[in-house]
Amino acid sequence: MTYMDKSIEEIHEALIKGKVTSKELIKESLEKTKEIEKKCNAFVTILDDAKPVEVTDELLSGIPYGIKDNYSTEGILSTGSSNTLKDYIPFFTATAIENLTKKGAIPVNKTALDEFGMGGTGTTCHTGTITNPWDHTRMCAGSSAGSAAAVAAGVYPYATGSDTGDSIRKPAAYCGIVGYKPTYGMISRYGLFPFASSLDHLGALTRSVKDAAIVVDGMKGIDKNDMTSWDSSNIHLYDSIDGNIKGKKLCYIKEICDINNYPNADNELKEHLANFMDTIEKCKKLGFEVKEESIDQTLLNALPSVYVVISCAEATSNMSNLTGFIFGPRAEGESWDQSLKNYRTKGFSPLIKRRFVIGSYVLQAENKDRYFHNAQRVRRLLVDEWNKLYKKYDAIILPVGSGPAKKLEGSKDILDQNTAILEEHLQIGNFGGFPSITIPNGFIDNLPVGINITGKCYDDINVLNIAYAIESSMNYKGQVVKEVK
Amino acid sequence: MDYKVMIGLEMHCEISETKTKVFSGAKNDFSEYPNDSVKPIDMAFPGTLPTVNKEAVRMSLMASMILGCSQPEYLYFERKNYYYPDLPKGFQITQETKPAPIGSYGEFIYEHEGKKKKARINNLHLEEDAASSDHYPSGSRINYNRAGVPLLELVTEPDFRSADEAVAFLEAIRNIYRYAGISEADSKKGQVRCDVNVSIMDASLDETNPENWGTKVEIKNVNSFSAVRDAINYEIERQLNLLNSGKKEEIEQETRRWDEESGTTIHMRSKVDAIDYKYFVEPNIPKFKIKKEWLEEIRKSIPRLPYERKETYINEYGITDYDATIIIKDKKISDFYEECIKLKADPKMASNWITTNLLGNLNKLELEFDDLTLTPKMLKDLIDLVESKEISSKQAKEVFLDILTTGKTPQEIVKEKDMKQMSDEEEIVKIANEVLDENPDAIDQYKKGRTNVVDWLTGQIMKKTKGQANPTIARSTMATEIEKR
Repeated sequence: MTYMDKSIEEIHEALIKGKVTSKELIKESLEKTKEIEKKCNAFVTILDDAKPVEVTDELLSGIPYGIKDNYSTEGILSTGSSNTLKDYIPFFTATAIENLTKKGAIPVNKTALDEFGMGGTGTTCHTGTITNPWDHTRMCAGSSAGSAAAVAAGVYPYATGSDTGDSIRKPAAYCGIVGYKPTYGMISRYGLFPFASSLDHLGALTRSVKDAAIVVDGMKGIDKNDMTSWDSSNIHLYDSIDGNIKGKKLCYIKEICDINNYPNADNELKEHLANFMDTIEKCKKLGFEVKEESIDQTLLNALPSVYVVISCAEATSNMSNLTGFIFGPRAEGESWDQSLKNYRTKGFSPLIKRRFVIGSYVLQAENKDRYFHNAQRVRRLLVDEWNKLYKKYDAIILPVGSGPAKKLEGSKDILDQNTAILEEHLQIGNFGGFPSITIPNGFIDNLPVGINITGKCYDDINVLNIAYAIESSMNYKGQVVKEVK
Repeated sequence: MDYKVMIGLEMHCEISETKTKVFSGAKNDFSEYPNDSVKPIDMAFPGTLPTVNKEAVRMSLMASMILGCSQPEYLYFERKNYYYPDLPKGFQITQETKPAPIGSYGEFIYEHEGKKKKARINNLHLEEDAASSDHYPSGSRINYNRAGVPLLELVTEPDFRSADEAVAFLEAIRNIYRYAGISEADSKKGQVRCDVNVSIMDASLDETNPENWGTKVEIKNVNSFSAVRDAINYEIERQLNLLNSGKKEEIEQETRRWDEESGTTIHMRSKVDAIDYKYFVEPNIPKFKIKKEWLEEIRKSIPRLPYERKETYINEYGITDYDATIIIKDKKISDFYEECIKLKADPKMASNWITTNLLGNLNKLELEFDDLTLTPKMLKDLIDLVESKEISSKQAKEVFLDILTTGKTPQEIVKEKDMKQMSDEEEIVKIANEVLDENPDAIDQYKKGRTNVVDWLTGQIMKKTKGQANPTIARSTMATEIEKR
């Protein structure tokens, strides 16, 4: 009998009824961790000394989980999967983790990610590439690759993630699980290693919508250490999921979903979009009113550049604290600036350095208005477009990516221009701080694919309810990996 | 050609009166122990976030009002990005002119050589201080106590025509900060630091056109007002020498630094090497609406400022402009004076005691005002003792000195020294007759017309009473009694 492949509700019931103990759960989770570490290279740190806690009425009490390694954890190595922090042991814990600890949650490992969350492949971790548990020749996407792989493989029912562009929601789709980032500021960012502060969200990777609600209920809350956090004490996500979607309206966007936009579409893309349209039909049968909407193609085309400009600009500033003087392995150098240069040159992967160069370039006095300020203007325009849709619809439903997980071989973190919008549209959820959730909606070539549901700010309950209803109409809830190869 | 000197100032003053730092919960105190007032954010540990200290904002808004600036509708902060060992985050949180800082475009009237002068304020902004570093032959040490201390930066238009004018303005501002309870503004604690801009223009040209102002040279890190005076005077002379020797082109737009030791300014960098600080709005601090009611509340709470106090002193208390100017020069003295008046001391007497005896003796005894053992109550009692003729004014001066050196009350000193002035006329009549009985020769001389012998006889009364007899009464008594003989 295994438990780590069950839902939080089921595990909790087993604990309450005494069918299993917290100690046994930890043992099972750690064993599975070691197995998946060999197969997927998903972890930076395994917490062999994890201790059981008293099981209470709290759903999360006594249950193991994983923490993405860009969360600061007191006394536990926290690297951000970067060589620049390979020995860094913080002396304070992220607020979201403190909140989970109060609920009795037990971390058993720290999961690997694209360096500081700045990648979408799971291949830029200082501990090496993370492979997709469904097919080890494929990527998990990123940056929450380790968390996604571990949850999909049944290491535990959930892991924390962070999402600046789609870093929770895309790996969730590639791994056939649920990825949810709530409204910006619902979960405090204090203790999350920043990538781009105005886009950074915390969230959860789980195997069901209800579990996602339970975990975010546990992580959220206003925090005096994060001025962008807000009081959500009157919002109870898990308790509010009732599956009632009467009169709910959804829309999808023609310029993103219509196969005719992609003249060179391969079979995977064709199947993916056809499968998406099947899901739309299911939604209609469930009682949703679903309509197709159109958005200015020029505006949509600007999306990837807007993301690159804003995220790189903020990142280059946010990571200026990484000098090796106060923390991190200090580099040799004849002077302080030589030492700093050596530390940063050796410590960061080429991808990150490329982003720093872009970030610096767009902020330079002579470029700032053209790139940075214009990017902010277009960000506002895109958010306004989405908000206009939210006046008519409860949520926007869209396919995630252009198909199932991509092959690792030959993968580059460079976009295919043709399908750029399909790959990047989840970033609008970060531009607007919208609540956004990915759930699995089928398989292509025996590999999972997903859809995303995004709603307006502070409307998390609505988004979760819609996702729950759709999830309940399909057979992918709670699925764990059935290995392909 | 006639020249006109154009001087503009940037005055940085730490806000010393808040409990905590400006974006950090660490204590804002002047600790003698290095790294004693430090929170994780002051050393930029990954995942830390800034939180705005409302009290620092309140004080800054008050300063903005006093300086006649306009206050912004929304409060924003910006990042100024650069690498330096004393700047752990790699950026300083500050304000620029767009969006509007805490204060924009004000006018401030100050006095110089008895004349009222107007200086235009370009802007006032709130920012955080950097850490401080100490340099040793073996290396440098950084002390993070100062990192994050609130700092007000005031930028003027080039409205000063001499070093003395500039210093008079700085002294007036420093006084304002002290009176308003914003800062101790103590140069010795490094709380006040200035940058100075100096250029020389052709006096025949139109001053309202900045193009006519001449080539501006900036002098950085001038850390005392006397250094400001010296640096400006040095720079004026340097530039004039170049102009007069036909080397106008050698005056380049540059940043220089004041070297205290050599008393010269030294080239740091040219305009072409100016640092691009890549400013952008701090994303971790949401824009904050400054409510009108709050501004009104702050405006009402502005304490009485030196020029208001001066008017009261002259018009209501009837003291001279000269004395009033001396008293308001130091808030502590002014507070002391007002305390005396509250205790119903005679305003003119109190002013005389303070401006002559108190300030004179503080210098002579090398005492700091804070070490003063004299209290307003003691001064009031001392004045009363003289008024009621219990001691003579000569005795009072002795008592005053004793208070300063021993801290005893005037009553205690008068009693210990058996100093009470004898005003009992019967007693004096008795002593006068004793003196006359002992000096029959003097009576003879008096009767022969040498009336000035009365003075000598009065002196004998004083001798007998050890100076305690009221001299006026003693003289008139003697004059009456000798007539009776």
